[in-house]
Amino acid sequence: MPPKRPKSKVIKEKEKKNETPDEGASESAHPEHIFPLVLTSVTQELFGCRADEDVTGENPFKLLRKEDIVQDMKTRAAVSDFSPVKHIVLEYPEDELLLVFDRDFTYGQCFYLVLTVEAKDNMMKSPAQADDDEEPMKDEEEHVMEPKTPESHPWISQGSEQEIEDESLTHARPRLRYKISPLMRHCGAPVCFSDGNDGYVECSSYEDKSFSITRMERDTSIQASRDTTHSSTQTLWKYPKNMCTQYEPREFSPEEKEHHLRSENLKNFITSVAIRFERSLQQNVISDVFCDDWTVLCEDDGVPTGKTETQLKEYQSFMDLHFSREKSISHVHWHPSISGVIAVAMTERLSLEERIDNSTKLLLNPSYILFWSFTDPINPQLQLECPEDVLCFQFCPSDPNIIAGGCINGQVVLWDISAHVERLQDTRSGGDNISNNLDKNDVIPVVRYCAVSGIENGHKAPVTDIQWLPETFELSRFGIPVENSSRVCVQMVTCALDCCVLFWDLRLPRAVSQSLTDVKQKSEEKPPENPHGVPNTFKHLNLTWKPFIRVSLPKIGSTGEYSPLKFSFRDNTVDYITGDKPPQDAEREEVCGFAQLRVPSAKQQKPLENISTKLYVGTEDGELVYTDWKMEKDNDSGRLFSAKPTHQFLAHHTLVNTVSRSPFFKDIILTVGSFGFAIWKEGVMSGPILMSACSKVMCTIGHWSLTRPALFFIGKKDGTIEVWDLLQNTHEPSQTQNISTASITCIRSSSACGKHHLLAVSDRIGTLHILQIPWTLRKSSNNEKKNVRKYFEKEEERLEYFEKRQIKHEKHKKEMEAEQLKKKTEPAVPLKPDEELEAEALKEYEQFLALEKIVLKNMGLLTDTIDQSDL
Amino acid sequence: MAEVDETMKRLQNQKGVQGIIIVNAEGIPIKSTLDNASTVQYAGNIHQLLMKARGIVRDIDPQNDLTFLRIRSKKNEVMIAPDKDYFLIVIQNPTE
Repeated sequence: MPPKRPKSKVIKEKEKKNETPDEGASESAHPEHIFPLVLTSVTQELFGCRADEDVTGENPFKLLRKEDIVQDMKTRAAVSDFSPVKHIVLEYPEDELLLVFDRDFTYGQCFYLVLTVEAKDNMMKSPAQADDDEEPMKDEEEHVMEPKTPESHPWISQGSEQEIEDESLTHARPRLRYKISPLMRHCGAPVCFSDGNDGYVECSSYEDKSFSITRMERDTSIQASRDTTHSSTQTLWKYPKNMCTQYEPREFSPEEKEHHLRSENLKNFITSVAIRFERSLQQNVISDVFCDDWTVLCEDDGVPTGKTETQLKEYQSFMDLHFSREKSISHVHWHPSISGVIAVAMTERLSLEERIDNSTKLLLNPSYILFWSFTDPINPQLQLECPEDVLCFQFCPSDPNIIAGGCINGQVVLWDISAHVERLQDTRSGGDNISNNLDKNDVIPVVRYCAVSGIENGHKAPVTDIQWLPETFELSRFGIPVENSSRVCVQMVTCALDCCVLFWDLRLPRAVSQSLTDVKQKSEEKPPENPHGVPNTFKHLNLTWKPFIRVSLPKIGSTGEYSPLKFSFRDNTVDYITGDKPPQDAEREEVCGFAQLRVPSAKQQKPLENISTKLYVGTEDGELVYTDWKMEKDNDSGRLFSAKPTHQFLAHHTLVNTVSRSPFFKDIILTVGSFGFAIWKEGVMSGPILMSACSKVMCTIGHWSLTRPALFFIGKKDGTIEVWDLLQNTHEPSQTQNISTASITCIRSSSACGKHHLLAVSDRIGTLHILQIPWTLRKSSNNEKKNVRKYFEKEEERLEYFEKRQIKHEKHKKEMEAEQLKKKTEPAVPLKPDEELEAEALKEYEQFLALEKIVLKNMGLLTDTIDQSDL
Repeated sequence: MAEVDETMKRLQNQKGVQGIIIVNAEGIPIKSTLDNASTVQYAGNIHQLLMKARGIVRDIDPQNDLTFLRIRSKKNEVMIAPDKDYFLIVIQNPTE
């Protein structure tokens, strides 16, 4: 449209000239209805009709409101640009006047005002009209060309076909066809070729200069093509580099935080929002909306169907012909790190008198601890030589190559099997080694003990239990637990029937170290003697070893002492104060050996809190004694003595053969006596929280399951194992199974043995049975621990309730007695003197006689005469 | 300040509540009962999620606005209440 405007203007003028002669006539001069105006820039801005901005050549019209003009005139009076047209404006019938921007100054000024209404309408319409006129014209032109589809006309020849005919190739005559073939008789006949020169005319071509034809026309074709260019680019290959960015989260400084916390805004926000939270928090606690009851329900029966075995299946049994004959196994222990290796202590099955009788024979047959491996069921892998029969032994928790054992003569023995560890580990790898290295296997290595305690200082009775203290703490001379800087197990506890519990330290005491340094220098000069191939780990202890704490167990309430059989202390783990535990490997290299370790001075050590120093001891008489091992100093003599036990309970009536803590609950203890077992909770002083009924067969050993909190095994004298499940039955075992013919001496389960969960059961005839624990007995259900704990708590409450009732009973009884006493001591009814009593009795008798007479009279039994005579 | 503390304590004493964090509108924590690393992590991540959630709600209906957001996970539940200038995060473990 814009480019047409000038045209339109021209056309408009033309049209005007053509169509509206009356208007056209008055155009050149100043027409009546047009009033040229000058508008100052101020006025232009005021009315929004700035030249070339609001109104332009293209858009020259501007409607002004009459009121605005009147206003302007009023405000500016004579200065107003509209003053010449004042009366016209006032008289103007409509509200809006048309102001036209006159670009070309056709009427002499740059603006003109249209004064009449009809002129205004004409003005507004005429440009529209002009456009309208123009368009039909254009349309007509186009109309001819486009809308109609071209009609086809017959072709009118104009002479071009002649050239085409000349160029094309046509047949002038029809084609001739010839078929040439030799005579039949020539076909297949032998051919005879010969030269032929005659009748041969050659016409060769030559260049004739008189005659030449130049080509006038040449048919060529041309194709336009672009310029081709070759170009290439190469990207810049930079070496890949690792880059990283480090950033920090934005945080407020404490002052800003304070400022925020004090702001009113935050207060309002929190108070308004807290309600929502409380509601949701409570909702969550009330019920767990997302808990799928269905899946939770079926988890208890997670046993894969088809496997309904509940019995302990025999996996392997070990019996050695040389060493196990006529011997019984006293103790069994799984190797803590090497799976599939188990150690067994063999003892003679003889009573004391028999031992004395056969003492010479016993001297010649030393007793051993045998190491069995699953890969070789016939030959043991290793033998540890013991000075005497070993009743109990333990692997050191921090170093599985150290084994400590307690003998029947009261000595404590130490072995170091580090030299043979590879052998034990080799056997695990497979049977190939065994067949190849027959030489190795022919001779079972015998390891002699490294160190043995001095006979005078140790126990005087058979050592019945031995345990290592964990490496997290050690004890000072007073029995106070202090931090263990060396991070290895250095101390152990033993108990024996000589009524004391002894604490042993693997290191040399400080007092001796002075003299020992001289000895060490001397020994460094010449190579240390090493008879029997015994490693020197504990050479410093051999034969001079003595305990550093001796805890005696005086009886409460009477003289004498308890004779312990088994004990159990709390397994205390401590967070290391000096940072995290250093990696085990680094420590191993630093620690050169136990010989170099010295007991640190008491001042350097820091006592540790939170370690329970209490001990549960099961005695020979069936009591369970609760005592503290800390030594107290007697002020008078300066000697150390141990405190009296705090509690004792007579639980069983014969010896207690097991005191063992549950691996899941640190304060639940199982004790097994000869006719039953009892479960105790540490801290509950009134009695056991569960006590079993007396069983017909004697129980010999008890053992908690390592995977299920509610399960434990009881071994019996007739070779059966009872499986007790506390969540099922507490009055009878859930399962019994006969394992062997002789009584069971020890039960131990392995914590991790590949995919099997195995139970080692040893018996009195020297056979070690390895049983597989079935799925049901080893898979704990989800809430088992919680349920068991609830059960124990319930039992505890029951005990408390019993106690309370007991107290109540007592009180009640006392009250009853008090009442009775009160009754007796009340003032008695005053006794009347005898005479009065007689007089009273006589009067009563007379009354009775009178009554008798009246009655007889009424009955007609008495005659008057008799009456009168009587009277 | 005391009211803020009091309300926080009241919320903290509810069963199973593991931590409370007050964060400003930009995601910078103001006060928290958890350690610094967890606080910063929670604040940053939840701020983004909150912006997204609010955007969703208002996108569907501009008259609407987000009042409360609860995220339930296997181990615990995170509850967020947004506001113009701040938002409050509470972490609860309901089945303990």
